[in-house]
Amino acid sequence: MPGTYIPINYLPVLIILIAATLIGLAPLLIGIILRPRRPYPAKLSPYESGIPPVGEPRERFSVKFYIIAMLFVVFDVEAVFLYPWAVAYDKIGLYSFIEMMIFIYILLVGYIYAWGKGAIEWE
Amino acid sequence: MLPKLFFAYFAVVIVGTSILVITRKNPIHSVLWMLVLFVHIAALYLFLNAEFLAAIQIIIYAGAILVLFLFVIMLLNLKREEMEKRFQKQWPLGVFAGMVFIVFLVLILSQIVVFPQLGPYSIQAIQSEGNLMTVGKVLYTEYLLPFEITSVILLVAIIGAVVLAKRKVN
Amino acid sequence: MTILEIGITFIKVFILVTIVLLHVAYATYCERKVIGHMQARLGPMHVGPHGLLQPIADFVKLFFKEDIIPSNADKPVFFIAPVIGVIAALSSLAVIPLWETFSIANLNIGILYILALSSLGAYSIILAGWASNSKYAFLGGLRASAQVISYEIAIGLSLVGVMMLAGSANLVDIVNAQSMYPFILVQPIAFFVFIMSAIAETNRAPFDLPEAESELVAGYFTEYSGMRFGLFFMAEYVAMFIMSAIATICFLGGWKGPDFWVFSYVPQIVWFLIKVYALIFFYFWIRATLPRYRYDQLMGLGWKLFIPLALANIVITGLVKLF
Repeated sequence: MPGTYIPINYLPVLIILIAATLIGLAPLLIGIILRPRRPYPAKLSPYESGIPPVGEPRERFSVKFYIIAMLFVVFDVEAVFLYPWAVAYDKIGLYSFIEMMIFIYILLVGYIYAWGKGAIEWE
Repeated sequence: MLPKLFFAYFAVVIVGTSILVITRKNPIHSVLWMLVLFVHIAALYLFLNAEFLAAIQIIIYAGAILVLFLFVIMLLNLKREEMEKRFQKQWPLGVFAGMVFIVFLVLILSQIVVFPQLGPYSIQAIQSEGNLMTVGKVLYTEYLLPFEITSVILLVAIIGAVVLAKRKVN
Repeated sequence: MTILEIGITFIKVFILVTIVLLHVAYATYCERKVIGHMQARLGPMHVGPHGLLQPIADFVKLFFKEDIIPSNADKPVFFIAPVIGVIAALSSLAVIPLWETFSIANLNIGILYILALSSLGAYSIILAGWASNSKYAFLGGLRASAQVISYEIAIGLSLVGVMMLAGSANLVDIVNAQSMYPFILVQPIAFFVFIMSAIAETNRAPFDLPEAESELVAGYFTEYSGMRFGLFFMAEYVAMFIMSAIATICFLGGWKGPDFWVFSYVPQIVWFLIKVYALIFFYFWIRATLPRYRYDQLMGLGWKLFIPLALANIVITGLVKLF
């Protein structure tokens, strides 16, 4: 029945998540009391080799980063399909091997296309 | 009782963060709330005994697609004034579309019939050989065609990204 | 699960986190010593005998440093970025089996859990760079996140071969599958790809482009000071420990050692730590030896060499397993 199952073996994960959060937050929060805080404008200005900051800090950047992120999504999905396949490989054998080769082959076409078009070239 | 309480918590947080996502002025903050949202959805999958789906939810949605969102937002480089302008003139249309969607959702959900018998993949059956193994066995035998079609969709995604980005450069 | 078991889990978490944090502190010391001696220097010498108390002095200094948030920084995001990094790094420890019966959570999807958390680690980098409102931090964050996500694929793909051999993604099962021989003997390509990608994933030399001092000052944490900087540092070293532990578990036989003569009396944890230390030493060694890569070379290496290599490894492993 839905709504009756509790993933009890993930309770330790929850505990370590809480512990990690505390370890991350505690030094910052305790530090507020202990640290000196004497700000003035020059100290707070972003670092720019000693001169006053010029222009927009969050500049527009190369479209390359976008292509990399897009390719990353695609290959990440491919990798995710490989995990259950790898684990079950002993049980499903030759049949699934051929299947996976077709899958990888189709993606390889895309990969070679992206390479040929210079999408992963970082000139 | 306890599972219901957990579900209530996740439901409240998921709805709450969804609202936060669409109401934040700063798109980066929206993405951060979306991260919280995805983590809770992943935890909800755990309660359905679908640990593989939970892992994918984090790896693909939180780890890949949301990072892509971040890159795109930074690529657009929204100025402060642009971030202020929200709720354009089309919003009544949006509300209408949303309402229609909700009506459909209610209609569909009311049609669901809970099967009296359990299928072969009960919680015990899945846990005895592991979630990944079960998914692997079913996905690469019974659902062969959808799996292969996925690769074509991914191929389209690669080609689309390369073509779009290349056009921008020229 | 009873109250007792929950209590034991708490104690386990406490022990593991304490041990790892001590390791982190002394890894920084060892790194400075090792690199110092490799470069014919002495390394830290002043605080305590042979500088042994140096990590503690460093911690105290960082803890009491003034906390500077640059003007126009996005305060909540600036605050949360290093915390995300620490959470992602420390939570990964949950599935690491130090010996056969000690892992905080023995999950069936152990490897996927590690991969999921390491993909969350990318947020701390990209958000830190964006929130700082500084050109160096922004560019460093972008570069670092592009690097981290590129090498994440190589890491994931290189572990597929291991999962095929073990027939499981559970880290304990993977070690137990190596009772005859460690997987490095049958998966040398995957091991090579994994180790190199792990160095890039943790932003260590020679792939420490995000912190290329000569061009980007300190990269994404340029504007971070005091304990916030300390948290980034901590996350990096914990990630290093985890990557070494995963390499040990997946390729070097985990807690298993040679089973003859006196070796069979050595506790499992000792074998595990020896292997992990060897890998961490390798990190230091590489940092002292190799010059930094150029960014285009780095991205080319990941996309044009490691990913095809890892895919080829999967195909070869599949073919070999068929016959």
